Amino acid sequence: MEANIQNEQEIYELAKQSCTICNSCRYCEGFCAVFPAMESRRDFKYQDIDYLANLCHQCGECFYACQYAPPHEFNVNIPSQFGDIRAITYEKFAFGAKFGKFFNKNGFFASSVLMLCIFVLFLLVFYWNHWNLSRISYKGNFYEVLPYEVMVGVFSVVGILVLGSIAIGFMNFFSSLKEKEKINLICVFQGIFDALSLKYLGGYHHEGCTYSQNSRSNTRKYFHHFAFYGFLFCFVATCLGGFYDHFLHQSAPYAFLSAPKLFGTFGGIFLCIGTLGLFVLKLKMDKRLKSLKSMGMDYAFIFSLFIVSLSGLCLMLLRKNDGAMVFLVLFHLSAVLALFLIMPYGKFIHGFYRIAALIKYALETKKS
Amino acid sequence: MEDFSCDVLIIGGGNAALCAALCARENHQNVIVLETSPKDWRGGNSQHTRNLRSMHIQPTDVLSDSYSEDEFWEDVWRVSGGETNEEYARFVISQTPQIIQWAKSHGVRFQPSLGGTLQLGRTNAFFLGGGKALLNAYYKRAEQLGIKIFYEHEAIDLHIQEDECKYILVKDKIVNKVSQWRAKTYIVASGGFESNLDWLKEAWGQKADNFLIRGTKYNQGLMLKALIKEGAKILGSPTQGHMVAIDARAPKYDGGIVSRVDCVSLGIVVNKNAKRFYDEGEDFWPKRYAIWGRLVANQPEEIAYSITDSKVLDKYMPSLFPPIIAESISDLAKKLKLDEIILKQTLNDYNQKVVAGNFNHTILDDCKTKGLEIEKTHWAQKIDTPPFYCYPLRPGITFTYLGVGVTKQAEVIKQNGEVCKNLFAAGEIMAGNILSKGYVAGFGMSIGSVFGRIAGISAANFNTKRGW
Repeated sequence: MEANIQNEQEIYELAKQSCTICNSCRYCEGFCAVFPAMESRRDFKYQDIDYLANLCHQCGECFYACQYAPPHEFNVNIPSQFGDIRAITYEKFAFGAKFGKFFNKNGFFASSVLMLCIFVLFLLVFYWNHWNLSRISYKGNFYEVLPYEVMVGVFSVVGILVLGSIAIGFMNFFSSLKEKEKINLICVFQGIFDALSLKYLGGYHHEGCTYSQNSRSNTRKYFHHFAFYGFLFCFVATCLGGFYDHFLHQSAPYAFLSAPKLFGTFGGIFLCIGTLGLFVLKLKMDKRLKSLKSMGMDYAFIFSLFIVSLSGLCLMLLRKNDGAMVFLVLFHLSAVLALFLIMPYGKFIHGFYRIAALIKYALETKKS
Repeated sequence: MEDFSCDVLIIGGGNAALCAALCARENHQNVIVLETSPKDWRGGNSQHTRNLRSMHIQPTDVLSDSYSEDEFWEDVWRVSGGETNEEYARFVISQTPQIIQWAKSHGVRFQPSLGGTLQLGRTNAFFLGGGKALLNAYYKRAEQLGIKIFYEHEAIDLHIQEDECKYILVKDKIVNKVSQWRAKTYIVASGGFESNLDWLKEAWGQKADNFLIRGTKYNQGLMLKALIKEGAKILGSPTQGHMVAIDARAPKYDGGIVSRVDCVSLGIVVNKNAKRFYDEGEDFWPKRYAIWGRLVANQPEEIAYSITDSKVLDKYMPSLFPPIIAESISDLAKKLKLDEIILKQTLNDYNQKVVAGNFNHTILDDCKTKGLEIEKTHWAQKIDTPPFYCYPLRPGITFTYLGVGVTKQAEVIKQNGEVCKNLFAAGEIMAGNILSKGYVAGFGMSIGSVFGRIAGISAANFNTKRGW
């Protein structure tokens, strides 16, 4: 425990030292929001570092341009050092920080185990309910596999818990960043818009960033858009499905051209493309830019999103096949549930922290 | 002995060298670049630069207002105290607008000047991301065009016979082997000798031990030595160069921009004897920072202390090292190991002679001293509000001016006035043709870019004419 605290402090001190150097150099001020935000400070508190780190996309543009990057003794490495800081912030401000620590340390392993456990549990429930039945035909009805009450019950409880934790984490982080600035609605929208459009991942004049190696492109931005909007579409599809089911009393399966199906299909495909693309980029990434502290978490997040989207798509295609359907339903639901459970503690939270940082940036820019 | 032959062999890997390489390649030459440093440290002093000075008749996307050839020339003339070559200076100045366009077309990005840029937005075009980003763009283009780059290959000697360079000796630092390299033409763009501590000591004596080198450790001046030995025409004095006062705590090499201290004009500067020695408010700091290196170099133990108080804390750029802070002058004297009584006396004298005025750091204001042996002519305010802040200063060499004479086609001139036909020079190694004293920010990159391109084109033309 003691060693860990020491280590965190070292990470902060290292980042502070780099910020001090950046602030007296300023060659990178044209790249993204991080550097103008640095320039408005003379010295750096830990909360400033948290804020700056969450403005950073870890793209490498500043690293390659830096006269003080390693092997220089000043060892300025903003992408990697800020990556470490972000991992700490995700953990520090999360509701139930102990869970956070656990997931952050073992990101990939923990989420895989969690998913498998849930899958086994679902299988047990399934066989408990069906042990005495001979082979029946489900006709594509998921509730035959997992009873309606179980599905809705589990997901609403988990959903509410997760949403609550995310909201608390976000508020913890934002109130730590915020100083005396008055909240201004325009700035809030500006921050959200900049986050959703990935403004600062586009580099200077939307020419792209030097990621994953030292050549500029917008590939990462496009893949991220695929992943995020794919996820959003899937989320919309799920909500629409619920709405149709409860209020319109139309139960699944829906026609291909129905709204839930269209959102679900395209969302799933986009999410698959996005996560695969981001995964490949991450593999190819210049190792000097990597943050070892956040690596496991990053892969776990990409992996679980990919599994969710792929199993969802498979389920849609193989719905009519009873044998496959049972396993796919249970597997898909386990994957979704596992994703939900790690959401407040894993990489998923980065979007909310980014929004918080960008709102703060909009407030600061407006003030000056 | 291996024979590495090519059309144009370029010695050096900074801005001038890369400009030359690209131009030669685009004129259908087979080009090799020898960079003495490992890849991570490539680019010599160019990696620490930020902008280049350029004339322009009307506002451009990267430069505000206008900056005429005459005004540019007057700035050069003023800082050099008239010790400059008008013909060559104007020759470079007149070509600066083209080099910005050329750099852009080769992948360099410029940005409108923003914060902390010493109000240079009108005269200087800023590289987005600084000099290393510029170099990355040039290296990338060089690789795309098939220019061969050899890192950790140091040119250690060259041989001139009659009016031609015959070969150079190259040390492959990876396997520690020396071999002869031959080319049809050679371009020397390997910088000054500012990183060569022995040579600095030869020129400056013991003083040089306390000098810091702001830039690369790789500019050893070996080609300059070889050119002197082979009878090339040498210009300038080895003690002249771009030398500024920087934070005494900066590393010996590669401290770069962050080692600068910006508060000199806001306070007073004392030497080891706790006495003032020059008018700190003579002119705007950007116009005066280049003389303070020499001023400090000529003080006892080559050290000085810039002292300000809390009133002006937010008027200057933060720097890498925290200031030395003291609650009283005695405390400050103790921390700086200066004579307490004399330091108090110096501050007292100064404070008493400050004439009240309207302080304004953005103009040459009317805050000055009256009745001191060494007056402070602007921005003089009493230093009386603790805490007191101090930055220790040392001379920091950016680059040396001792160089080789060249024609306007960048051909190396010999002592006897003959011109070497296949040997060209560009960048710091020939900046002495224009600069012999003083410096205006960003002019080095202008000279390097203009003469780099000329050298590349001249080398290609020479080869074409000879029918190779």
